[in-house]
Amino acid sequence: MLKEIFFIISISAIPFILFFISIYGSYKKVPVYETFIRGSKQGFGVGVRIIPYLIAMLVAVGMFRASGAIELISEYLSPFLSFIGMPAELIPLAIVRSLSGSGALGVLGEIAANNGGEAYVTKLAALMTGSSETTFYVLALYFGSVGVTKFRHALVAGILADIIGIFVSLMIGKIVFT
Amino acid sequence: MINYIWLFFIVSSVIIGFFTGRLKEVGDAAIEYADIAVRLSIALVGVMSLWLGFMKIAEESGLVFLFSKLIKPIIKRLFPDIPADSKAAVDITMNISANALGLNNAATPFGLQAMKELQKHNNNPDKSVASDSMCTFLAINTAGIQFIPASVMAVLAASGSSNPAEIIAPCIITTFIVLFIAIIIVKVLERVYPEPSKRLRAKEGDSDA
Repeated sequence: MLKEIFFIISISAIPFILFFISIYGSYKKVPVYETFIRGSKQGFGVGVRIIPYLIAMLVAVGMFRASGAIELISEYLSPFLSFIGMPAELIPLAIVRSLSGSGALGVLGEIAANNGGEAYVTKLAALMTGSSETTFYVLALYFGSVGVTKFRHALVAGILADIIGIFVSLMIGKIVFT
Repeated sequence: MINYIWLFFIVSSVIIGFFTGRLKEVGDAAIEYADIAVRLSIALVGVMSLWLGFMKIAEESGLVFLFSKLIKPIIKRLFPDIPADSKAAVDITMNISANALGLNNAATPFGLQAMKELQKHNNNPDKSVASDSMCTFLAINTAGIQFIPASVMAVLAASGSSNPAEIIAPCIITTFIVLFIAIIIVKVLERVYPEPSKRLRAKEGDSDA
């Protein structure tokens, strides 16, 4: 039920918003076409402005993943993390999920292929991936776009939230999937 | 801080790559991701321009003002720095809603626009320093509220799960718990490390007394 409602909202959200804004605009006698063009002109500038920030972050994270660093960190962290009940297979995922969305999906795909779609560890991995957001990417891109280089507590807050997210998804997964 | 993190990624990749014998892969990744980054930015231009165009209509018709009045109570509590009629409220709400619905490509332009608005109300003398509102917004954003984890469901379906949608409810619960904790963390941290502009104001207050 909830699923159907969310699905309907997600497919109709954009058409509805575009419809509503243009109808309301013309009702208020705004010259909709000219106004759209005026606003739209700024789009290219934003796209170009974020290029250096995206390159800096994506290249750094891409190199890090290619070097095998994540496997190395996983190895060192595994005694501690299995102690708190995290399956060893999920450790690389726990690290990648803060760095790269496509990377996390890739790791999830691997876990699902190895264990099957019905396995507990696959469901945990799916929950951990679904509840993640690529903190480093978002911070670099969003702050970069307005020229903010001193992130203050945003970075610590984001990383803390990521770590807490790993534990919360393990906990909720344990309750829901067993 | 970003300087150290970036340096850490680059330097440790090369050192680790050297020892794992994957130096070539590290180099290839650098070239490959530079290319991906540019294509990603260009891919954003279309949606960004579309949203900015419609936002202009919404702004000039007074819709933005109406909407921001509607969600004022929440915004005022979370972002005390931004004026009640600011467009930032709309962009922030749209960014979070689009993310929650799994419309990631649509969410980014809203988010970038929100940052631009927040930067206008950044009271720090040095505008390269993040404001409290920016940190709060990004904490909410990176908590990653998720109603439809579409790509995750696709992976589950492809690997033979009988009911990929069972991931939806736990995702909603998890991300809401994380969101709640993230807001607490960011609000505590902004008191521990106050904005430069607020430290200045606090000092002026002292000398008045």
